[in-house]
Amino acid sequence: MTMAPMTPMTPTAATERTAVRVELLVDQRWFTVCELTDLTPGRGVAALLPDGAQVAVFLDRSGRVYAIANRDPFTGAYVLSRGLLGSAGGRPFVASPLLKQRFDLETGRCLDDEGVVVQAYATRARAGADEVSAQVA
Amino acid sequence: MSASNPRTAAAAENAAPTIVLVGHGMVGQRFLEALAERKVTETARVVVFCEEPRPAYDRVQLTSYFSGRTPDGLSLVEDGFMARHGIELHLGDPAEVIDRDARTVTARSGLTVAYDALVLATGSYPFVPPVPGKDSDGCFVYRTIEDLLAIEEYAKDRSSGDSGASGVVVGGGLLGLEAAGALKGLGLTTHIVEFNPRLMAIQVDEGGGAALRRTVEDMGLIVHTGVGGKEITADGDGAVTAMTLSDGSSIDTDLVIFSAGVRPRDQLARDCGLDVGERGGIAVDETCRTSDPAVYAIGECALAADGRVYGLVAPGYEMAEVAAREIADTPDGGGFTGADTSTKLKLLGVDVASFGDAHGTADGCLDVVYSDSRSGVYKKLVVGADGALLGGVLVGDAESYGMLRPLTGSVPPVSPEQLVLPAGLGAPAALGPSALPDEAVICNCHNVTKGAIRSAVTDHHRTTVPEVKKCTKAGTGCGSCVKALTSLVNDELEAGGVSVDKGLCGCFAYTRAELYEIVRTLRITTYAQLLDSHGRAEAREGDGCEVCKPAVASIIASLAPTLGASGYVLDGEQAALQDTNDHFLANLQRNGSYSIVPRIPGGEITPEKLIVIGEVARDFGLYTKITGGQRIDLFGARVDQLPLIWTRLVDAGFESGHAYGKALRTVKSCVGQTWCRYGVQDSVRMAIDLELRYRGLRSPHKLKSAVSGCARECAEARGKDFGVIATSNGWNLYVGGNGGADPRHADLLAQDLDDKELIRLIDRFLMFYIRTADRLERTSAWLERIEGGLDHVREVVVEDSLGLGAELEAMMADHVTGYRDEWAETLGDPERLRRFVSFVNAPGAPDPSVKFVPERDQVKPDLTILSGPTLPVRTLEGTASR
Repeated sequence: MTMAPMTPMTPTAATERTAVRVELLVDQRWFTVCELTDLTPGRGVAALLPDGAQVAVFLDRSGRVYAIANRDPFTGAYVLSRGLLGSAGGRPFVASPLLKQRFDLETGRCLDDEGVVVQAYATRARAGADEVSAQVA
Repeated sequence: MSASNPRTAAAAENAAPTIVLVGHGMVGQRFLEALAERKVTETARVVVFCEEPRPAYDRVQLTSYFSGRTPDGLSLVEDGFMARHGIELHLGDPAEVIDRDARTVTARSGLTVAYDALVLATGSYPFVPPVPGKDSDGCFVYRTIEDLLAIEEYAKDRSSGDSGASGVVVGGGLLGLEAAGALKGLGLTTHIVEFNPRLMAIQVDEGGGAALRRTVEDMGLIVHTGVGGKEITADGDGAVTAMTLSDGSSIDTDLVIFSAGVRPRDQLARDCGLDVGERGGIAVDETCRTSDPAVYAIGECALAADGRVYGLVAPGYEMAEVAAREIADTPDGGGFTGADTSTKLKLLGVDVASFGDAHGTADGCLDVVYSDSRSGVYKKLVVGADGALLGGVLVGDAESYGMLRPLTGSVPPVSPEQLVLPAGLGAPAALGPSALPDEAVICNCHNVTKGAIRSAVTDHHRTTVPEVKKCTKAGTGCGSCVKALTSLVNDELEAGGVSVDKGLCGCFAYTRAELYEIVRTLRITTYAQLLDSHGRAEAREGDGCEVCKPAVASIIASLAPTLGASGYVLDGEQAALQDTNDHFLANLQRNGSYSIVPRIPGGEITPEKLIVIGEVARDFGLYTKITGGQRIDLFGARVDQLPLIWTRLVDAGFESGHAYGKALRTVKSCVGQTWCRYGVQDSVRMAIDLELRYRGLRSPHKLKSAVSGCARECAEARGKDFGVIATSNGWNLYVGGNGGADPRHADLLAQDLDDKELIRLIDRFLMFYIRTADRLERTSAWLERIEGGLDHVREVVVEDSLGLGAELEAMMADHVTGYRDEWAETLGDPERLRRFVSFVNAPGAPDPSVKFVPERDQVKPDLTILSGPTLPVRTLEGTASR
């Protein structure tokens, strides 16, 4: 893949109010990507990390948040956030919108091609200073 | 231990016998697995010497490294395999000396191990032609993961300049094309230099080579055939700068990959005096023993009993089994006397297969050839004087390989020309695996016959494809037979009265048509409600899947006016169920950008509107193309641009064209009676009326239509789901037509209709289809599947035999009155507009990964096209290109 260097930019995170924040563990620090209300159950959004990397953040039906790298390794396009979320055997997955390969949201493993893995991130949702729920994906 | 090896038996009395394996590649690993299966590892000491720094990996899939596989992901060794079986694996420590008198092997580290049985699986090495300059920096071979990593690293360093780097692959055989795919995957301008007059000279004939070349060139690779490399030029630092060819021409290049075949690695065997072939290869007999009965050779390093060196992995696996059986003293399956070298593979995304006597060498044989240069398809069958199929070559479309290969050697049930014609042009639809005899081999990797598969179902009561795979091993090799296997298993189950699971997906045991009835009669308005009440037990309360979510969303959208639910596809729960195309009301393209198709009813457009489309495309830098449906597609918009673009389009009076949805696309028309001297009705007006009536109608699959103004049929209405052709008395209505991969002419449903009757019948037809079709089933497939076929549909739609007519018409009336333009609605609602951002935490920022480069005065995605995700059976080899 030849990718031009990402345009440097500072992602803005609106966290002033007492809203529930969605945070990702990036380089051992929690980074706020959005508010919980920015997410629709069953869908994803894309977010930028401070180093310009793209993540896909998902909310499932039961209110759990997951995050994996946004790049679809099969096509090289940054589109996993636009796939549909599903579950099989109790495990959540997203199906790439391009060629439909499915990726486990907790581990990043491709369910249709053993050996292909995308990065998965630990996530948590926090309101103010109080931790609402924490998950390690 | 082997009875023919007295010293082994003697050794067993004192200490555990020792088996030494030299080489841990694919074949070596299969040998170890075969030993473990026979429990030899429980009593014997097994020592493995491996030159590479990592355990056996899938060399066949090397190029898939570029589609996201990690080196670890290519590993063939199950976690804990070595420890579980007590196998001593020495990585990065190649065997260097064999002392056959002392029966010892000494490795580079100095470790010496005494053996009772020695197995050589040293594989082969890439052949590098003696081209001056071949040792310059930037010259590589393509054989190992380390080679691949080195090439990637070197290419990266060279690509930093203004113009991209370029590379030359020497060799246009299987491996050469693989290597070229890898360079292309790295974004290099890629040249292929092949000494033979065509690509893949060993496998395909001249016609096949030409078809392959055309397709490869269409992908942007540069092919030079009939020439060899003459000299490699390097700069002052010794790095490659150019390659001169034998015809005197020269290619500027940053790197060169030699992929001109491989040679058996037989040096160890030569050094210790084992017999080797004249042209290399360690000579073995049918039991895979060398000239020393305590030493075996398997895989690509061996010269088999039939005098051939096999570069394919499947024969290598067979030899591994034979050697393991001999050592375990369980010679239950015969020896290795040669193998079928039929192959089917996907190179650079092109299907290529060859089987049997592909070059027609038998006396009196004749060719049957189908060649379509336009679509890059070439098929040749070789037929014997008695009519038996002897072999063939397939390029561009190898779908029939699974059926043809088992037929080799027998007289096919239909004429050979029918076997090469595309479906719909004379190829018999019914000639599937069911037509094959029981002896036909379905799975070539594991030599499983059709009879064995049938027996797994009928005698061993296996009821699913995975169970049959496990029981017979069929389909667990290269996987190219899985389609035939699935069809055989289903046929056998149905013949035995076992019901086959026709459920929509893993979440629902119902078909789409059944779910439609459930939603309609129980008035269910949400997906969650349907999943929790009618899903499979294990799927309830879960998140569903990507198959049923859009299907159910479509059912609810189709029934929305009747159910009193919101018809707007982006509202509430519906928003989470739609595929990305419906979600963003645009079509996702391969680089993550979207395309936009405004509705142009009937293909009629004013100059003012045309100008608006042109201005919008120009202002946003969009690639424009005229579609086959008489409208204009604008490509390359980022999600955050979609509302801005549509604001201008809606202001100019455009509506959504629903190109993104399983919905009505277009109603094409010819100019008809108004302008054309042959026209007998106003086809443009009828097309516009129909398009405006059915726009936005959600259906099991896309719907296309056309109206022709006379029997000359310039609008191609009979290629559409519903087509209308003018007569001097009114309109003829045709249904179930299709273009695409499986073309079908539409059937006449009713003739000489007036406007009102025509619309009534189309209303009923469409609603009946929406109600009863399966997910993603076009009207053509539906018409052929539905019980009673066209006659039944005519009874229901025209004669109203079920008394459904009024209900179907009322549902369509609800749709027509409930229609709203999705884009106008979206633009009017800030909440709905919120989703149109590239990044949730940087709403104004464009996605930097969506980039474009110029092409023919417009733009195209700046995205490296990765090679196909699957590469079925492929050779590792070498005899391949010269």
